[in-house]
Amino acid sequence: MNLTLKIWRQKNANDKGKMVDYKVTDISEHMSFLEMLDVLNEQLVNSGDEPVAFDHDCREGICGMCSLYINGEAHGPDREITTCQLHMRSFKDGDTIYIEPFRAAAFPVIKDLVVDRTSFDRIQQAGGYISVNTSGNTQDANSLPIAKADADEAMDAATCIGCGACVATCKNSSAMLFVGAKVSQYALLPQGQVEAADRVMNMVAQMDAEGFGNCTNTGACEVECPKGISLENIARMNREYLKATSKG
Amino acid sequence: MSGLLSSSIARKVSMALSAFFLMFFLLQHFAINITSVFSESAFNEISQFMGANPAVQFVLQPILIFGVVFHFVMGFILEIKNKKAQGVKYAMNNGNANSTWVSRNMIYSGLAILIFIIIHFIDFWFPEINTKFIQGDWSGMHNGELRFYHELQEKFVPFWRVALYSIAFVFLSLHLLHGFNSAFQSMGANNKYTNGLKTFGRWYAILIPAGFIFIAIFHHLTHS
Repeated sequence: MNLTLKIWRQKNANDKGKMVDYKVTDISEHMSFLEMLDVLNEQLVNSGDEPVAFDHDCREGICGMCSLYINGEAHGPDREITTCQLHMRSFKDGDTIYIEPFRAAAFPVIKDLVVDRTSFDRIQQAGGYISVNTSGNTQDANSLPIAKADADEAMDAATCIGCGACVATCKNSSAMLFVGAKVSQYALLPQGQVEAADRVMNMVAQMDAEGFGNCTNTGACEVECPKGISLENIARMNREYLKATSKG
Repeated sequence: MSGLLSSSIARKVSMALSAFFLMFFLLQHFAINITSVFSESAFNEISQFMGANPAVQFVLQPILIFGVVFHFVMGFILEIKNKKAQGVKYAMNNGNANSTWVSRNMIYSGLAILIFIIIHFIDFWFPEINTKFIQGDWSGMHNGELRFYHELQEKFVPFWRVALYSIAFVFLSLHLLHGFNSAFQSMGANNKYTNGLKTFGRWYAILIPAGFIFIAIFHHLTHS
Protein backbone atom coordinates (compact mmCIF):
# COMPACT_ATOMS: atom_id res chain seq x y z
CA MET A 1 0.00 0.00 0.00
CA ASN A 2 1.03 3.60 -0.60
CA LEU A 3 0.64 6.09 2.21
CA THR A 4 1.07 9.76 3.02
CA LEU A 5 2.59 10.34 6.46
CA LYS A 6 2.27 13.61 8.30
CA ILE A 7 4.99 13.43 10.94
CA TRP A 8 6.02 15.83 13.70
CA ARG A 9 9.65 16.85 13.16
CA GLN A 10 11.54 18.72 15.85
CA LYS A 11 15.35 19.02 15.87
CA ASN A 12 15.70 19.24 19.64
CA ALA A 13 13.88 20.25 22.82
CA ASN A 14 14.27 23.96 22.01
CA ASP A 15 13.17 23.75 18.38
CA LYS A 16 9.61 24.87 17.56
CA GLY A 17 8.87 21.82 15.42
CA LYS A 18 6.33 21.28 12.62
CA MET A 19 4.39 18.62 10.74
CA VAL A 20 6.20 17.36 7.63
CA ASP A 21 4.68 15.25 4.83
CA TYR A 22 6.32 12.05 3.58
CA LYS A 23 5.29 9.44 1.03
CA VAL A 24 5.98 5.73 1.54
CA THR A 25 5.28 3.13 -1.12
CA ASP A 26 4.89 -0.64 -1.31
CA ILE A 27 4.16 -1.02 2.40
CA SER A 28 3.09 -4.56 3.28
CA GLU A 29 -0.06 -4.91 5.36
CA HIS A 30 1.80 -7.49 7.45
CA MET A 31 4.36 -4.95 8.64
CA SER A 32 4.11 -3.52 12.11
CA PHE A 33 3.68 0.24 12.35
CA LEU A 34 7.24 0.63 13.60
CA GLU A 35 8.55 -1.46 10.69
CA MET A 36 6.77 0.93 8.36
CA LEU A 37 8.64 3.78 10.08
CA ASP A 38 11.87 1.76 9.65
CA VAL A 39 11.16 1.67 5.90
CA LEU A 40 10.63 5.43 5.89
CA ASN A 41 13.87 5.98 7.81
CA GLU A 42 15.81 3.78 5.38
CA GLN A 43 14.41 5.93 2.59
CA LEU A 44 15.43 9.12 4.41
CA VAL A 45 18.94 7.85 5.20
CA ASN A 46 19.46 6.76 1.58
CA SER A 47 18.49 10.21 0.38
CA GLY A 48 20.80 11.88 2.90
CA ASP A 49 18.04 13.18 5.17
CA GLU A 50 17.77 12.95 8.94
CA PRO A 51 15.77 9.84 9.97
CA VAL A 52 12.69 10.28 12.16
CA ALA A 53 13.53 9.67 15.83
CA PHE A 54 10.99 7.51 17.68
CA ASP A 55 11.03 5.43 20.85
CA HIS A 56 10.98 1.63 20.71
CA ASP A 57 12.58 -1.31 22.45
CA CYS A 58 11.06 -4.77 22.92
CA ARG A 59 8.58 -4.49 20.02
CA GLU A 60 6.35 -7.06 21.69
CA GLY A 61 4.13 -4.83 23.79
CA ILE A 62 5.66 -5.30 27.22
CA CYS A 63 8.35 -2.68 27.75
CA GLY A 64 6.24 0.48 27.48
CA MET A 65 8.91 2.24 25.41
CA CYS A 66 7.02 2.86 22.18
CA SER A 67 4.55 5.71 22.12
CA LEU A 68 3.16 7.79 19.20
CA TYR A 69 -0.17 9.53 18.73
CA ILE A 70 -1.47 8.03 15.50
CA ASN A 71 -4.44 9.57 13.68
CA GLY A 72 -5.53 11.28 16.88
CA GLU A 73 -5.21 8.30 19.24
CA ALA A 74 -2.48 7.06 21.57
CA HIS A 75 -0.96 3.86 20.09
CA GLY A 76 -3.27 4.21 17.08
CA PRO A 77 -6.82 3.11 16.34
CA ASP A 78 -6.76 -0.47 17.70
CA ARG A 79 -7.58 -1.28 21.33
CA GLU A 80 -5.36 -2.75 24.07
CA ILE A 81 -2.19 -2.78 22.02
CA THR A 82 0.97 -0.73 21.94
CA THR A 83 2.22 0.96 18.77
CA CYS A 84 4.68 -1.88 18.16
CA GLN A 85 1.73 -4.31 18.06
CA LEU A 86 -0.19 -2.15 15.57
CA HIS A 87 -0.07 -3.56 12.05
CA MET A 88 -0.46 -1.84 8.72
CA ARG A 89 -3.54 -3.96 7.97
CA SER A 90 -5.37 -1.47 10.21
CA PHE A 91 -4.89 1.11 7.43
CA LYS A 92 -5.97 1.34 3.79
CA ASP A 93 -4.04 2.03 0.62
CA GLY A 94 -3.94 5.78 -0.02
CA ASP A 95 -4.49 6.73 3.65
CA THR A 96 -2.99 9.83 5.20
CA ILE A 97 -1.64 9.04 8.66
CA TYR A 98 -0.89 11.66 11.30
CA ILE A 99 2.02 10.67 13.56
CA GLU A 100 2.72 12.89 16.55
CA PRO A 101 4.58 12.58 19.85
CA PHE A 102 2.68 12.09 23.13
CA ARG A 103 1.76 15.62 24.23
CA ALA A 104 1.87 16.94 27.80
CA ALA A 105 3.84 19.67 29.53
CA ALA A 106 5.28 16.93 31.78
CA PHE A 107 6.37 14.93 28.67
CA PRO A 108 8.60 17.43 26.81
CA VAL A 109 9.68 16.47 23.29
CA ILE A 110 13.38 15.60 23.09
CA LYS A 111 13.50 15.07 19.34
CA ASP A 112 10.86 14.39 16.67
CA LEU A 113 8.58 11.73 18.22
CA VAL A 114 10.72 11.01 21.28
CA VAL A 115 9.43 12.44 24.56
CA ASP A 116 10.96 12.57 28.01
CA ARG A 117 8.85 10.37 30.30
CA THR A 118 11.24 10.38 33.26
CA SER A 119 8.52 12.19 35.23
CA PHE A 120 6.93 8.74 35.56
CA ASP A 121 10.20 7.36 36.97
CA ARG A 122 10.26 10.11 39.60
CA ILE A 123 6.65 9.38 40.59
CA GLN A 124 7.56 5.70 40.91
CA GLN A 125 10.62 6.56 43.02
CA ALA A 126 8.42 8.65 45.32
CA GLY A 127 6.58 5.57 46.60
CA GLY A 128 5.94 2.88 43.99
CA TYR A 129 7.75 0.17 45.89
CA ILE A 130 7.70 -1.82 49.11
CA SER A 131 10.54 -1.94 51.59
CA VAL A 132 11.56 -5.50 52.39
CA ASN A 133 13.31 -5.26 55.73
CA THR A 134 14.92 -8.57 56.54
CA SER A 135 15.30 -9.13 60.25
CA GLY A 136 16.56 -12.65 60.36
CA ASN A 137 13.16 -14.09 61.17
CA THR A 138 11.30 -12.81 58.09
CA GLN A 139 7.96 -14.45 57.51
CA ASP A 140 7.64 -16.65 54.44
CA ALA A 141 5.61 -14.76 51.82
CA ASN A 142 3.49 -17.86 51.17
CA SER A 143 2.25 -17.82 54.75
CA LEU A 144 0.26 -14.67 53.99
CA PRO A 145 -2.99 -15.80 52.39
CA ILE A 146 -4.31 -13.41 49.73
CA ALA A 147 -7.81 -13.70 48.31
CA LYS A 148 -7.79 -14.74 44.65
CA ALA A 149 -9.91 -11.72 43.65
CA ASP A 150 -7.44 -9.33 45.32
CA ALA A 151 -4.47 -11.08 43.76
CA ASP A 152 -6.11 -10.84 40.32
CA GLU A 153 -6.90 -7.15 40.73
CA ALA A 154 -3.37 -6.41 41.96
CA MET A 155 -1.98 -8.31 38.98
CA ASP A 156 -4.23 -6.41 36.58
CA ALA A 157 -2.99 -3.11 38.05
CA ALA A 158 0.61 -4.32 37.88
CA THR A 159 0.33 -4.90 34.12
CA CYS A 160 0.66 -1.13 33.62
CA ILE A 161 3.80 -0.68 31.52
CA GLY A 162 4.06 3.06 32.18
CA CYS A 163 3.95 4.01 28.50
CA GLY A 164 2.13 7.29 29.15
CA ALA A 165 -0.78 6.72 26.73
CA CYS A 166 -3.16 7.72 29.54
CA VAL A 167 -1.48 11.12 29.85
CA ALA A 168 -1.22 11.59 26.09
CA THR A 169 -4.90 10.91 25.50
CA CYS A 170 -6.22 12.84 28.50
CA LYS A 171 -7.50 16.30 27.62
CA ASN A 172 -6.08 17.42 30.98
CA SER A 173 -2.76 15.57 30.62
CA SER A 174 -3.53 13.81 33.89
CA ALA A 175 -1.38 10.91 35.07
CA MET A 176 -3.97 9.51 37.47
CA LEU A 177 -4.48 6.19 35.67
CA PHE A 178 -0.75 5.47 35.86
CA VAL A 179 -0.44 6.53 39.50
CA GLY A 180 -3.75 4.81 40.33
CA ALA A 181 -2.43 1.54 38.91
CA LYS A 182 0.86 1.80 40.80
CA VAL A 183 -0.91 2.63 44.07
CA SER A 184 -3.48 -0.14 43.55
CA GLN A 185 -1.03 -2.95 42.87
CA TYR A 186 0.33 -2.52 46.40
CA ALA A 187 -2.85 -1.35 48.14
CA LEU A 188 -4.48 -4.69 47.33
CA LEU A 189 -1.72 -6.79 48.87
CA PRO A 190 -0.65 -7.18 52.52
CA GLN A 191 2.95 -6.38 51.62
CA GLY A 192 1.85 -2.92 50.52
CA GLN A 193 0.00 -1.99 53.70
CA VAL A 194 2.97 -0.85 55.81
CA GLU A 195 3.78 2.12 53.58
CA ALA A 196 0.27 2.59 52.11
CA ALA A 197 -0.38 6.08 53.48
CA ASP A 198 3.07 7.46 52.67
CA ARG A 199 2.99 5.84 49.24
CA VAL A 200 -0.20 7.48 48.03
CA MET A 201 0.59 10.87 49.57
CA ASN A 202 4.13 10.96 48.15
CA MET A 203 3.21 9.65 44.69
CA VAL A 204 0.32 12.11 44.32
CA ALA A 205 2.53 14.97 45.55
CA GLN A 206 5.20 14.04 42.99
CA MET A 207 2.56 13.71 40.25
CA ASP A 208 1.36 17.24 41.03
CA ALA A 209 4.92 18.57 41.24
CA GLU A 210 5.68 17.17 37.77
CA GLY A 211 2.91 19.36 36.33
CA PHE A 212 0.37 16.72 35.30
CA GLY A 213 -3.23 17.94 35.07
CA ASN A 214 -6.30 17.19 37.15
CA CYS A 215 -8.44 14.17 36.25
CA THR A 216 -12.00 15.02 35.22
CA ASN A 217 -13.09 11.40 34.73
CA THR A 218 -13.60 11.49 30.95
CA GLY A 219 -12.47 7.86 30.88
CA ALA A 220 -10.36 8.35 27.73
CA CYS A 221 -7.30 6.90 29.52
CA GLU A 222 -9.07 3.62 30.25
CA VAL A 223 -10.11 3.24 26.59
CA GLU A 224 -6.67 4.01 25.17
CA CYS A 225 -4.61 2.08 27.75
CA PRO A 226 -2.77 -0.74 25.94
CA LYS A 227 -3.08 -2.90 29.05
CA GLY A 228 -6.74 -2.21 29.82
CA ILE A 229 -6.07 -0.58 33.20
CA SER A 230 -9.49 0.42 34.48
CA LEU A 231 -10.82 3.59 36.14
CA GLU A 232 -11.40 1.51 39.29
CA ASN A 233 -7.72 2.05 40.00
CA ILE A 234 -8.18 5.83 40.07
CA ALA A 235 -11.16 5.42 42.42
CA ARG A 236 -9.02 3.16 44.66
CA MET A 237 -6.22 5.74 44.68
CA ASN A 238 -8.76 8.43 45.65
CA ARG A 239 -9.95 6.21 48.53
CA GLU A 240 -6.38 5.50 49.61
CA TYR A 241 -5.64 9.22 49.52
CA LEU A 242 -8.70 10.12 51.58
CA LYS A 243 -7.82 7.34 54.05
CA ALA A 244 -4.24 8.60 54.34
CA THR A 245 -5.41 12.21 54.74
CA SER A 246 -7.87 11.32 57.47
CA LYS A 247 -5.08 9.54 59.37
CA GLY A 248 -3.08 12.77 59.19
CA MET B 1 -4.88 28.01 47.88
CA SER B 2 -3.09 26.01 50.52
CA GLY B 3 -3.40 22.88 52.62
CA LEU B 4 -5.80 20.19 51.54
CA LEU B 5 -6.92 21.91 48.33
CA SER B 6 -3.35 22.14 47.02
CA SER B 7 -3.46 18.50 45.91
CA SER B 8 -5.08 17.35 42.67
CA ILE B 9 -7.13 14.64 44.44
CA ALA B 10 -8.32 17.09 47.09
CA ARG B 11 -9.49 19.44 44.32
CA LYS B 12 -11.36 16.52 42.71
CA VAL B 13 -12.99 15.59 45.99
CA SER B 14 -13.98 19.19 46.72
CA MET B 15 -15.57 19.47 43.26
CA ALA B 16 -17.45 16.23 43.91
CA LEU B 17 -18.68 17.30 47.36
CA SER B 18 -19.94 20.64 46.06
CA ALA B 19 -21.54 18.79 43.12
CA PHE B 20 -23.38 16.43 45.51
CA PHE B 21 -24.63 19.42 47.45
CA LEU B 22 -25.81 21.21 44.30
CA MET B 23 -27.47 18.06 42.93
CA PHE B 24 -29.36 17.66 46.20
CA PHE B 25 -30.36 21.31 46.09
CA LEU B 26 -31.55 20.89 42.48
CA LEU B 27 -33.77 18.00 43.53
CA GLN B 28 -35.22 20.05 46.37
CA HIS B 29 -35.76 23.06 44.07
CA PHE B 30 -37.55 20.80 41.58
CA ALA B 31 -39.71 19.23 44.29
CA ILE B 32 -40.92 22.69 45.32
CA ASN B 33 -41.41 23.99 41.76
CA ILE B 34 -43.39 20.96 40.60
CA THR B 35 -46.01 21.66 43.26
CA SER B 36 -46.89 24.78 41.22
CA VAL B 37 -48.24 22.48 38.51
CA PHE B 38 -50.60 20.73 40.92
CA SER B 39 -51.59 23.33 43.49
CA GLU B 40 -51.35 27.11 43.50
CA SER B 41 -51.89 27.31 47.25
CA ALA B 42 -49.34 24.60 48.09
CA PHE B 43 -46.71 26.35 45.96
CA ASN B 44 -47.51 29.68 47.59
CA GLU B 45 -47.32 28.27 51.11
CA ILE B 46 -44.06 26.38 50.53
CA SER B 47 -42.54 29.47 48.89
CA GLN B 48 -43.61 31.64 51.80
CA PHE B 49 -42.20 29.09 54.27
CA MET B 50 -38.85 28.97 52.45
CA GLY B 51 -38.80 32.74 51.93
CA ALA B 52 -39.59 33.72 55.49
CA ASN B 53 -37.83 30.97 57.43
CA PRO B 54 -34.72 32.43 59.13
CA ALA B 55 -32.91 29.07 58.98
CA VAL B 56 -33.41 28.95 55.20
CA GLN B 57 -32.65 32.62 54.59
CA PHE B 58 -29.73 33.13 56.95
CA VAL B 59 -28.12 29.67 57.14
CA LEU B 60 -29.03 27.52 54.12
CA GLN B 61 -29.07 30.35 51.56
CA PRO B 62 -25.51 31.55 52.32
CA ILE B 63 -24.31 27.91 52.31
CA LEU B 64 -25.98 27.42 48.94
CA ILE B 65 -24.40 30.55 47.49
CA PHE B 66 -21.02 29.46 48.82
CA GLY B 67 -21.56 26.01 47.22
CA VAL B 68 -22.45 27.54 43.85
CA VAL B 69 -19.55 30.01 43.88
CA PHE B 70 -17.11 27.34 45.11
CA HIS B 71 -18.11 24.88 42.36
CA PHE B 72 -17.70 27.52 39.65
CA VAL B 73 -14.45 28.98 40.97
CA MET B 74 -12.91 25.52 41.47
CA GLY B 75 -14.11 24.55 37.97
CA PHE B 76 -12.28 27.55 36.48
CA ILE B 77 -9.16 26.86 38.58
CA LEU B 78 -9.11 23.25 37.34
CA GLU B 79 -9.58 24.38 33.74
CA ILE B 80 -6.69 26.87 33.98
CA LYS B 81 -4.42 24.30 35.67
CA ASN B 82 -5.32 21.66 33.10
CA LYS B 83 -4.64 24.02 30.18
CA LYS B 84 -1.20 24.64 31.70
CA ALA B 85 -0.56 20.90 31.95
CA GLN B 86 -1.18 20.36 28.25
CA GLY B 87 1.65 20.45 25.75
CA VAL B 88 1.47 21.61 22.15
CA LYS B 89 -1.96 20.89 20.64
CA TYR B 90 -2.27 17.76 18.52
CA ALA B 91 -2.61 18.34 14.77
CA MET B 92 -5.18 15.55 14.87
CA ASN B 93 -7.02 14.48 18.01
CA ASN B 94 -9.85 11.97 17.81
CA GLY B 95 -11.51 12.60 21.19
CA ASN B 96 -14.77 10.96 20.13
CA ALA B 97 -12.96 7.62 19.87
CA ASN B 98 -12.47 7.35 23.60
CA SER B 99 -14.74 9.75 25.49
CA THR B 100 -18.07 11.52 25.28
CA TRP B 101 -18.44 15.10 24.10
CA VAL B 102 -20.12 16.08 27.37
CA SER B 103 -17.27 14.73 29.49
CA ARG B 104 -14.72 16.75 27.50
CA ASN B 105 -16.72 19.97 27.54
CA MET B 106 -17.88 20.33 31.14
CA ILE B 107 -16.41 23.83 31.25
CA TYR B 108 -18.66 24.97 28.38
CA SER B 109 -21.85 23.40 29.73
CA GLY B 110 -20.83 24.85 33.11
CA LEU B 111 -20.37 28.31 31.61
CA ALA B 112 -23.82 28.08 29.98
CA ILE B 113 -25.26 27.18 33.41
CA LEU B 114 -23.41 30.11 35.00
CA ILE B 115 -24.94 32.50 32.47
CA PHE B 116 -28.34 30.95 33.19
CA ILE B 117 -27.89 31.34 36.95
CA ILE B 118 -27.12 35.05 36.47
CA ILE B 119 -30.30 35.44 34.35
CA HIS B 120 -32.28 33.38 36.88
CA PHE B 121 -31.01 35.57 39.72
CA ILE B 122 -32.03 38.71 37.81
CA ASP B 123 -35.47 37.19 37.14
CA PHE B 124 -36.28 35.80 40.59
CA TRP B 125 -33.62 36.09 43.26
CA PHE B 126 -32.62 39.77 43.07
CA PRO B 127 -36.28 40.94 43.15
CA GLU B 128 -36.82 38.70 46.22
CA ILE B 129 -33.73 40.09 47.96
CA ASN B 130 -34.92 43.61 47.10
CA THR B 131 -38.40 42.96 48.51
CA LYS B 132 -37.15 41.34 51.71
CA PHE B 133 -33.87 42.96 52.58
CA ILE B 134 -34.20 46.44 51.04
CA GLN B 135 -37.93 47.14 51.22
CA GLY B 136 -38.24 45.02 54.37
CA ASP B 137 -41.41 43.27 53.23
CA TRP B 138 -41.36 39.69 54.50
CA SER B 139 -45.12 39.16 54.25
CA GLY B 140 -45.05 37.46 50.85
CA MET B 141 -48.36 39.19 50.14
CA HIS B 142 -49.56 41.24 47.19
CA ASN B 143 -53.11 42.60 46.97
CA GLY B 144 -54.12 40.53 49.96
CA GLU B 145 -52.86 37.16 48.72
CA LEU B 146 -49.58 35.26 48.55
CA ARG B 147 -47.78 36.53 45.45
CA PHE B 148 -45.38 33.70 44.47
CA TYR B 149 -47.59 31.67 42.09
CA HIS B 150 -48.65 34.76 40.12
CA GLU B 151 -45.08 36.02 39.92
CA LEU B 152 -44.01 32.63 38.57
CA GLN B 153 -46.76 32.63 35.94
CA GLU B 154 -46.00 36.23 34.94
CA LYS B 155 -42.35 35.38 34.36
CA PHE B 156 -43.20 32.66 31.85
CA VAL B 157 -45.61 34.68 29.73
CA PRO B 158 -42.92 35.71 27.20
CA PHE B 159 -42.03 32.78 24.97
CA TRP B 160 -38.40 33.91 24.72
CA ARG B 161 -37.93 33.29 28.44
CA VAL B 162 -39.42 29.78 28.17
CA ALA B 163 -37.09 29.07 25.25
CA LEU B 164 -34.07 30.50 27.11
CA TYR B 165 -34.79 28.46 30.24
CA SER B 166 -35.35 25.33 28.16
CA ILE B 167 -31.99 25.74 26.40
CA ALA B 168 -30.30 26.33 29.77
CA PHE B 169 -31.82 23.12 31.15
CA VAL B 170 -30.54 21.18 28.14
CA PHE B 171 -27.04 22.37 29.10
CA LEU B 172 -27.73 21.41 32.71
CA SER B 173 -28.76 17.96 31.53
CA LEU B 174 -25.55 17.60 29.51
CA HIS B 175 -23.51 18.73 32.53
CA LEU B 176 -25.24 16.23 34.80
CA LEU B 177 -24.92 13.37 32.30
CA HIS B 178 -21.21 13.37 33.03
CA GLY B 179 -21.14 15.14 36.37
CA PHE B 180 -23.42 12.82 38.35
CA ASN B 181 -21.25 9.72 38.04
CA SER B 182 -18.03 11.67 37.83
CA ALA B 183 -18.71 12.92 41.37
CA PHE B 184 -19.02 9.35 42.65
CA GLN B 185 -15.82 8.29 40.85
CA SER B 186 -13.97 11.25 42.37
CA MET B 187 -15.08 10.16 45.84
CA GLY B 188 -13.57 6.75 45.15
CA ALA B 189 -16.88 4.99 44.62
CA ASN B 190 -16.32 2.60 41.73
CA ASN B 191 -17.67 -0.79 42.67
CA LYS B 192 -20.43 -3.34 41.99
CA TYR B 193 -23.05 -0.59 42.34
CA THR B 194 -21.45 1.65 39.70
CA ASN B 195 -23.47 0.36 36.73
CA GLY B 196 -26.75 0.80 38.60
CA LEU B 197 -25.66 4.23 39.73
CA LYS B 198 -24.80 5.16 36.14
CA THR B 199 -28.33 4.25 35.05
CA PHE B 200 -29.81 6.22 37.95
CA GLY B 201 -27.52 9.17 37.12
CA ARG B 202 -28.64 9.17 33.48
CA TRP B 203 -32.31 9.24 34.54
CA TYR B 204 -31.61 12.01 37.07
CA ALA B 205 -29.72 14.03 34.43
CA ILE B 206 -32.60 13.75 31.95
CA LEU B 207 -35.71 13.79 34.13
CA ILE B 208 -34.92 16.69 36.48
CA PRO B 209 -34.02 19.21 33.73
CA ALA B 210 -36.92 17.90 31.61
CA GLY B 211 -39.19 18.48 34.62
CA PHE B 212 -38.03 22.09 34.93
CA ILE B 213 -38.67 22.61 31.19
CA PHE B 214 -42.14 21.11 31.65
CA ILE B 215 -42.88 23.54 34.51
CA ALA B 216 -41.82 26.55 32.39
CA ILE B 217 -43.96 25.39 29.42
CA PHE B 218 -46.89 24.55 31.72
CA HIS B 219 -46.99 28.08 33.13
CA HIS B 220 -46.55 29.62 29.70
CA LEU B 221 -49.56 27.71 28.41
CA THR B 222 -51.80 28.00 31.47
CA HIS B 223 -51.20 31.66 32.24
CA SER B 224 -54.52 33.43 32.62
